[in-house]
Parts: sequence; structure tokens; C-alpha cells
Amino acid sequence: METFFSGLTLLAQWEVLVALAIGSIGGVIIGAIPGVGAAVAIAILLPATFAFEPIVGLTLLLGVYGSSMYGGAIPAILINTPGTAVNALTTYDGYPMTKDGRGHRALSLAYSASFFGGIFSVVCLIVLSPVLAMIAPHFGSREIFLAALMGIILVVVAHRGQVFAAGMLACFGIFISTIGLEPAKYTKRFTFDQSWLASGIDLIVVVLGLFAISQALLLLVDKEHKPGSANVDGNLFAGLKDLFQFKRVASVSSGLGVLMGMIPGVGEFTAQFLSYTYAQKTSKKPDLFGKGSPEGLVASEAANNAVPGAAMIPLLALGIPGEALTAMMLSVFYVHNVIPGPQLFQGQLDFVVALYLALIVLNVIVLVFLLFSTNLLLKIIQIPTRFLGVMILTLSFVGVYSLRNSVTDCAIASAFGVFGLILKRLNLPIVPIILGMVLGGIMEVKLRSAMARVKSPLDFIDRPIAAILFLLIIGILVLHVRAVIHEQKARKQQREEGSSDMSTQQG
Amino acid sequence: MAHIKTLQELFRRYRRPGDIVFAIVFLAFSLFLLSQLYSETAWLKRTNWYAQPRFWPAVSLVGMAIFACLHFIGSICSPRILGRWKEVAFWVSSLEFVLYFLAYVVLVPQLGYLPSTVLFTVFLTIRIGETRIVNLLSAVGFAIAVAIIFRAFLQVKIPAGRIYEALPDGIRAFALTYL
Repeated sequence: METFFSGLTLLAQWEVLVALAIGSIGGVIIGAIPGVGAAVAIAILLPATFAFEPIVGLTLLLGVYGSSMYGGAIPAILINTPGTAVNALTTYDGYPMTKDGRGHRALSLAYSASFFGGIFSVVCLIVLSPVLAMIAPHFGSREIFLAALMGIILVVVAHRGQVFAAGMLACFGIFISTIGLEPAKYTKRFTFDQSWLASGIDLIVVVLGLFAISQALLLLVDKEHKPGSANVDGNLFAGLKDLFQFKRVASVSSGLGVLMGMIPGVGEFTAQFLSYTYAQKTSKKPDLFGKGSPEGLVASEAANNAVPGAAMIPLLALGIPGEALTAMMLSVFYVHNVIPGPQLFQGQLDFVVALYLALIVLNVIVLVFLLFSTNLLLKIIQIPTRFLGVMILTLSFVGVYSLRNSVTDCAIASAFGVFGLILKRLNLPIVPIILGMVLGGIMEVKLRSAMARVKSPLDFIDRPIAAILFLLIIGILVLHVRAVIHEQKARKQQREEGSSDMSTQQG
Repeated sequence: MAHIKTLQELFRRYRRPGDIVFAIVFLAFSLFLLSQLYSETAWLKRTNWYAQPRFWPAVSLVGMAIFACLHFIGSICSPRILGRWKEVAFWVSSLEFVLYFLAYVVLVPQLGYLPSTVLFTVFLTIRIGETRIVNLLSAVGFAIAVAIIFRAFLQVKIPAGRIYEALPDGIRAFALTYL
């Protein structure tokens, strides 16, 4: 109880509350603008938050992260354009509902489901906290190494149909993390005798290039398209009551969101896919899915909004980010010398509690904001896409240049911007690079300290958690190979039956 | 023959225009880096394998080369969608904006953050064809807001412009700190 009040006191500072309000409302607006997602916004804001206290900086970023998907549902439902990539599934049922004249019901249901998912994940976080506080100290170097390795493997195999690309990009990320002066023996690695490479390539420079500058370039070079206009009439509060009809789907979807959020390397897309499939399979009206089913909408929105809260679990408890956004947040911790991991739960539990409470407050702020200002938001998002590109490029400058006032950093970020543009155009994943960079660094340090006490290879997994993690890694690889064989057989069968459907997705 | 066909099926995936160009360039890049492994990293005496400076670059580059090779094979085995060079031209055309961005980076320490940001946004707005007065005013408004929020309010680390030194006494100190 004392920790709770201490956390509440941390949160009650005016700077934290202002950061929370700006982050959550700003996040909704950013999420609602097609073409800008939470990743772009967080990448730009990141260096600016270094000047703040860790709790202020993190609440601001958490606000953007937790609220952008609320905003992304608005254009997804009303104009068939997802505001953020994770709202793509929302268009399947949301837009047909709008076409049927049920737009306000779809929106109010999406808000309610998102709110439910958001709160559900925080409740899970709070319930799991004592367990985490108990387990986290048992994570030594070898356990953290294995967890990071599992994260890399998961991020590769989770990209179904793009496993090879995800693998090469994750390895590329690990490689980038090794460039420069190596920290233990002080030898140079891949510097090509260039002084600007000796200090290595900063994670934030890569993040800004891959997420923000690439998006700006994409919008600037591509054809102009302004989001269509729309308006919504009717009572948006009705969805809160409406959600009770779908409480089973909402609960299971949020549960899946929490589970997928906790596992490094997985995230919103898998959570949505699983919950949508579950909702369809257990529905009394499965034919309605994709044609305006409220259940499908609830499944998609509850699942994706449950992820941000849960994604904080591996970050806070083990210091292992599960996806790009938490990887960015990790740098805020590092800049302030707050090392997330087992020690955080033992020594600074009030800080963790303050972050949980911030997540609850942000969900309430966003819901109230959306219930009253959806139509206003619809006017704000009418920004021409190429002008949006100008805005992102201008803001990217602040992010990169303010780090060290280095022209070289800006040039490196621009190179990653062009690289990110190519990846986006080819529909290849960007996240494995970031996770490779962060987890690669963690693996190098942890393997070195773990091996010092290991005599034989079996010693590495002689502790219970290490053994479980090792078995999980083997299980993931076996399951992946099995899934590929199944897919292959199914395709062969389809061909023999003379189906004309040509699926080209293969790992 | 049947085996080759099965293998082809296994590697088949969705392939966008330009995919093979990227696959080849990335594979060549991976192989080039791998070829530099010995000259660009050290292998130290009396040091265990896991603590060797060369260990992680080697792991990542071997992984990169293998996966890039598989990705390239996947590209060959997958049905092509036409428009390869049009797509490459699209990638190259982004360099024009990179150039403007870098020019802006060089201008900031000379002209100062606020003036160069206004110049940059107005120039880009004209370049993308949004020449209506409303758009130009929006660009100026946006640039002023960004400069004031980040430099004056958030005190983000951006150097003052050299040109500010020439300003009259009263404004100079203000410009050096806030603009």
C-alpha cells in the first residue's frame, strides 16, 4: 500500500500529468492521421524527452504509444484507411458497418473495446507484478541472454511469409550494434579507419531514419492523396453498454493481446490475428465477419490495445524490449541511468506502480477526449499527405541533430531513411533491425558474463528458468518447421484439387 | 525434377516489383562485409571465444549472408510483378529530398534554427506544388511553432546561428537563447 501511495505521489507531479495529457491526446491525433503512427512520433520525441525526468519522459512516450491505436480506429472505420498499421484489421468490419449507416455504433464499440483492452492489460500487469517481482531476481546473465535470443528468434519466425528477410534484417541489426569501439577489449570493429564510425551507430539515429525519415520520404515522393472527409452523428456513449453483449470476445481478445504483448518479438498483429480467428470460429454469425460484424471489430480493437501495457512487462522486469516502440523507450531508461530489470522491481517498485497508474489514467483521458471530439479530429486529419511529409522531415531534424549536433548523424539517418523507404515499398519488415540492434547488444554483454561461470555447455541451462527458456526456444523452432510443412502440404493439396488460388506467402 | 519443383514451392513468396534488385544488392553487401571480417575485427590471444571481438560480427555476418542468400533464392522462385526499374527510379528519386534535408542541416548553424526552418518548410511546400497562399502560410506557421516549442520551450540542444551575432544588442541575446 505504501508503494502504491508512493507511486501515486510520483504520478501526481504537475509535469507528469501535463506529459500524460499531451502524450495521450497527441497520440490520438497522431494515430488518427493516416501515414503517421506511434513509431514515427516516438522516434521524433525521443531525444526531446532526454532532458526530462525519466518518469516525465516515459509517461509522454507511453501516452503516445497507448493512445495512438484509439485514434487509428477513426479513419479505419469511417474512411476505410487505417490510421496506424495495426488498425488495418479494423477496416474489415468497421467500414462495412459505416456503409450500412452504423458508423457511430462501430466507432463507439471500437472506443469501448479499446478501453476494455487497455484497462484489462493494466489489471493483468498489476496482478502479475508480485509474481514478476518474485521471478525477476532469478534472471541472471544466462537467462537474460536466452530471453533475448528467444526474442530474436520470435521476431524472425513471427514474420510469416518473410522469414528469410526478417532473419537477414535481424542479423543486420546485430551487426550494426557491433560497429565501433568494442567495449571490453577496446579493439575497433568495422570502422574502416573512419573516425566517425569509431563511436558506433546510435540506436536513435537508426530509429529516426528507419521510421520517421523513411515515412517522410515516402509521403514526399509518392502521389498526393488527401484522406476523404467524413462525419459521425449519434450517441458515442452507447458503445459502452453495447460492449456487454460481446464481453466474452472482448475478454478473450484482451487476454490474447496481453499474452502476445508479453512475448518478445510478437505483438499486435499476431494478437489481432488470433483473436479475430477465435471470434469468427466461436461466433453464431461467422458469415458476417468481414462484412460488418461488431464481434470482429471488438476482437481487433480489444486485442491491439491490450498490447502496449503488456509489452511493458518484459521491458520493466527483464530490460528486454519486445518490439520497436519499447526498444525506443529503453533508451530513455539508459540515458537516465535507470536500468530496467530485476533491480527495478526490487528497488524502485513505486516507479513501476506510477507507470501502471499512468496507463490507467491515459486510457480514461483518451476515452473521454474521443467521446467528445471525434468530429473535430476528423477535420484535423485532412492534411495533404505530401505536406505531412514536409512536417515529418522537419521534425526528424530536431530528433537527430539535437542528439550530438552532428551532420554525420543526419547523413547516417538519411541513409537509413532511404533504406527504410525501400523496405516499406517492398513490404519487408523494419522491426527486426531495431530488435536485432538492441537485443544483439544485450546478448553480447550477457553471454560474456554468463560464460565466465560455465564449465560445460550443459551448465548453461542447469538452472530452472534457463532450462525452461531453452526448451521454449527449441519448441518455437520445432513448431515453426511443423507449420511450414503443414502449409506446404495444404498448398499441394489445393493445387491437386485444381484451385486457382495462388498464395505466394511462404517462409 | 519433382524435387526441384518442391524446393521451388518451398521458397515461393509474395514478391513486389524491385524485390530482386534489393535481394541482389543486399546479398552483395553482406558478402562484402563478410569478406572484410578478418581485416576489420581482431582475434585476441588468451581470450575465450565468447569474449573475442570478432565473435558477434562473425555470427551476425554469417547469418546475414545465409538469410540474404535464401531471400535471393526466394525472389528467383517467386512470380514476378512487372515494373522493376520504375520502382528503382522511385527509390532513387527520394535522394532529391535527402539532399534538401542535408542542405538544411548545414544551414542551421549558419542561419539559425528559426530562419532555416522557415526557409526549409516554405521551399519544400513550393517544391511539392502546394503553392497556394494558405499552404505557404501554414508552412511558415508550422516552422515557427516547431522552432519555438523545441528551442525556446523544450531547450533542445541546437546551436544558435552565426548570423545572430550580427543582430542589434537588444535582440541578439534573445535570438541566441530562444530562436
